[in-house]
Amino acid sequence: MYLFTANNIVKRFSNHLALDRVSINVPEGTVFGLLGPNGAGKTTLLRIINQITAPDEGELFFEGRRFAGTDIASIGYLPEERGLYKKMKVGEQALYLARLKGLSRHEAMEKLKFWFVKFEIQAWWNKKVEELSKGMQQKVQFVTTILHEPRLLIFDEPFSGFDPINANLLKNEILELKKKGSTIIFSTHDMASVEELCDNISLINKSKTILEGNVHDIKMTHRSNTFEVGFRGDPEKLVHALNGNCQVIGQYKDRSGNFVKITAAEKLSGNDILTLVLPVAGITSFNEVIPTMNEIFIKVVEAQNHQ
Amino acid sequence: MNKIGLIIGREYITRVRKKSFIIMTIIGPVLFAALIIVPGWLATVEDDEVKEIAVVESDANGMPVPDSLQFFRDVIPNKDNLKFTYLHNMRLEDVLATFEVSQYDGVLFLPQTLVSAGKEASVEFYFRKPPSLGMEVHISKALEDFLFTNKLIVKNIPAEVIQSLETKVNVAQIDWKNWPSKKKDVTGAKRGLGYASGFLIYLFIFMFGAQVMRGVLEEKTSRIVEVIVSSVSPFQLMMGKIIGIGLIGLTQFVAWIILTIGISNAAQVVFMPKPAVVHTQQATPADIMSNNASMPTEAVQTDKTENAALMLNGIMDQLGQINLLLVLGAFIFYFIGGYVLYGSLFAAIGAAADNETDTQQFMLPITIPLILGLFVMINSFLNPSGKLAFWFSLIPLTSPIVMMARIPFGVPVTQLLASAVILILTFLGTTWLAAKIYRTGILMYGKKVSYRELWKWVRYKN
Repeated sequence: MYLFTANNIVKRFSNHLALDRVSINVPEGTVFGLLGPNGAGKTTLLRIINQITAPDEGELFFEGRRFAGTDIASIGYLPEERGLYKKMKVGEQALYLARLKGLSRHEAMEKLKFWFVKFEIQAWWNKKVEELSKGMQQKVQFVTTILHEPRLLIFDEPFSGFDPINANLLKNEILELKKKGSTIIFSTHDMASVEELCDNISLINKSKTILEGNVHDIKMTHRSNTFEVGFRGDPEKLVHALNGNCQVIGQYKDRSGNFVKITAAEKLSGNDILTLVLPVAGITSFNEVIPTMNEIFIKVVEAQNHQ
Repeated sequence: MNKIGLIIGREYITRVRKKSFIIMTIIGPVLFAALIIVPGWLATVEDDEVKEIAVVESDANGMPVPDSLQFFRDVIPNKDNLKFTYLHNMRLEDVLATFEVSQYDGVLFLPQTLVSAGKEASVEFYFRKPPSLGMEVHISKALEDFLFTNKLIVKNIPAEVIQSLETKVNVAQIDWKNWPSKKKDVTGAKRGLGYASGFLIYLFIFMFGAQVMRGVLEEKTSRIVEVIVSSVSPFQLMMGKIIGIGLIGLTQFVAWIILTIGISNAAQVVFMPKPAVVHTQQATPADIMSNNASMPTEAVQTDKTENAALMLNGIMDQLGQINLLLVLGAFIFYFIGGYVLYGSLFAAIGAAADNETDTQQFMLPITIPLILGLFVMINSFLNPSGKLAFWFSLIPLTSPIVMMARIPFGVPVTQLLASAVILILTFLGTTWLAAKIYRTGILMYGKKVSYRELWKWVRYKN
């Protein structure tokens, strides 16, 4: 079941179309990655989901029914442009933001205590935000985002601006939140984090969705029948054995032996190739090369840009 | 609705705790007093430097005059910092020839032909440094008085007649509706009240309107605004801010009133140990305020502190003759209406700009009507039923200031209602307009915004 669905969202600004019939379906309890180059329309879509701006066309659904204004309380949003009131004390501010999301004072206090202890930031409670470092501020902001235990969490470029330690902390928290049943949408440029975290993705370029679906499925469909063979023996013999069926796209050597990277003809499976090379070399490893999300991203976006 | 309460609470509490707020609340009344007293005091302060003026007289033929034949000897009285030395047997040329090395700061040349001058005459004053206006007036007044009296003496008018010539006339203003009672109207107090309340509204709008703008900018530059508007609507955020800051203003205002009353009461206790004396003289306070000439002699003789007490009582008594309830009601209405109107515009400016310097270009169209309102208000409390006062008390951008100057004098109910309705409609309009600009502006960074751009924002669907 989809926790959240956006259908054919269109958003026009005065001189350009920010979103052109974009749809996303986010299954409950999964991590959904919203990918795309700068200016593709990701932030606009996230703002529409958060009811900050309204779409010109299209519909939003939450838990299978039309999105209502009150559903906003079930969302936690960490915008790309992060910030807190600089002159306000940390605890007071966290309490205020929690209450704006509809928590009672008492509830908010209980939950804040838990998270402040967990993140070991109790000592900051009475400090002004401006006294904290940027990383510390981001921790505080992260706590305020997830405090009301929203069913849907939206992070806009969550890893930008975090140092590696905090970024890792954030990744772990995202996975933990997923485990607890939260659904997460995040936009990012960091393809490594997509591989690590996302179940599904949607790639937006120039206001349109150009790729969507399960991360594993996408990688599978973008395979190009490329293999890497590690072996001991004469590389020329091996290349000769493959000749006519495969195109060698790389050849290199390291301490453990020789390697060739080949793209096989469509009719050939991995087994067929193995049969071809077994008589001429001592095989040490054999892998199918599956494209990374980074490669897919670049390939798909460039293909559309060149159209 | 609950959320707007939270926003109002935050805006209020974070500000009321600020040191600057507490300090301003305490020293505000002192500053106000200073604002009233200091300019007056400064006007009375002249150079402590004593100026010495040489007075040179010449006869009809331009020849020097000996001491015994001088007309103008001691005609111009000395003042604390102004000394006149009457030279005899001296020519102007000789005095001026040695002027450079003399101790004199100026030379006043008085030909004796002056006594037979007609309606207009002129005397020469040679200066080292240009004389102050006060000195100029002092000299011409003294000469005019002397020439006036002299002409009458020449016509053989007895001295006692001359002394009784001058009569000061005050126009006692009586509202005909009170006839046959000849109760004097308290124009002075009305003017004071009108001016004070109009000025307060002007000050309030400026001070707290600018705070709204800065608050919006703060949220924008600290980037927290996007988090907030993912919980509440931009309109709620804007209104919460305007209301919260308005309440801060009201708090400060009430605190000022209480402090001022407290201070003046304390002052009364300190300076008036003899309340009985004051009591007996309360019968004539109105006269004291409206004209000094008819001030009873007893009052003149009472010492300074009692005089001050009388003044205060006089003011209180006069205020009693004005419909204070109406003034207070109107004050609160125009206070709130004017503030919300301008506050929403200030919020829109804050949202459209990226930093304080960017706000300048949009500030002008807002400050111009405000300042215009102040000027018209000053004209209006002098002429409360004039055309200018009438129109500007209907125009919503100036009505909160101008109408307050008119209200103590009585404004027809229809005009009051019309002005109120126009103000309400306008502030509904401006808040709607401001909300549109605000909603788009708060999420717009790094863009220099033009009026055309603003207009686009207003037309966005959402």
